[in-house]
Amino acid sequence: MLLIHCPYCEEERSELEFRHGGDAHIARPTNIADISDEEFEEFFFLRDNPKGLIFERWRHVHGCGRFFNAARDTVSDKFYASYKAGEPKPDLPGISPATEKTVETYEATEGTAK
Amino acid sequence: MAEQSLRKAPLGGFHGGSAAAHVTAAGPATRLSLRAGADAVPALSKALGLDLPTKPKTSASLNGRHALWLGPDEWLVIDESGADLTALAAKAAVLHSAVDISHRNTAVLVAGTKAAEAIASGSPHDLSPKVFPVGACARTVLGKIEVVIFRTGEQEYRVECWRSFAPYAFALLAEGAEDAGL
Ligand SMILES: [Zn+2]
Repeated sequence: MLLIHCPYCEEERSELEFRHGGDAHIARPTNIADISDEEFEEFFFLRDNPKGLIFERWRHVHGCGRFFNAARDTVSDKFYASYKAGEPKPDLPGISPATEKTVETYEATEGTAK
Repeated sequence: MAEQSLRKAPLGGFHGGSAAAHVTAAGPATRLSLRAGADAVPALSKALGLDLPTKPKTSASLNGRHALWLGPDEWLVIDESGADLTALAAKAAVLHSAVDISHRNTAVLVAGTKAAEAIASGSPHDLSPKVFPVGACARTVLGKIEVVIFRTGEQEYRVECWRSFAPYAFALLAEGAEDAGL
């Protein structure tokens, strides 16, 4: 079972207690009525969907109920760090996000399914 | 036409478990869902007559009244003697939200040498004494539902769940208790 560290409960808890909340650190426009449709599209819909390191919002919905942020690798699913909402992105020295090559897949270890 | 309405206990008549883990329905209690900022904690503690815990997963108990930390600004207050908790909280002249959930919740009591195993059959929460000593509490999941687990003794747990989920919670815990007793 994947364990996720909640910065408010100050411990690792089962993934069953959490819910994903999309990309973190997206600044809401100060006056949303002032921005163009294209800017709104950029703000509201467009995401990078990177392969590797991503900063995301998570909610400890079946625990303390809090939203927090976490740095996760989208390929290996490894959580590098979690931190309270409102705090800046943490420095993650020495972290080289996994690539497709470093991840064990069924295809790589067992051959292609026929 | 009936001239009076009777409140049915959500788990009236339920019994189960094993010699190693008894599963019983808790008696009626009043309950409060309390939300407040850190600055309101002293006044609310005074009004409720017990110190609201501010450390994660801890509780405070006095004479059958319990305050359980659920989140940084959220507590579940339970009074087993049926005190009017909303009226008590209202005496605190500080900004807070107090919602009476006495009948939204009910509780299942699990007790015995294998009580922790019975609960662990359906919950991922770590109940080992080092991280979940007597007095510890946590909102977590049990099977497909959300519960609050409160360790009331070395071998005693109170599992709070929503009323409509109570038969499910009871059946799952009773099943777990039977397995733990094998
Ligand atoms: Zn939490």
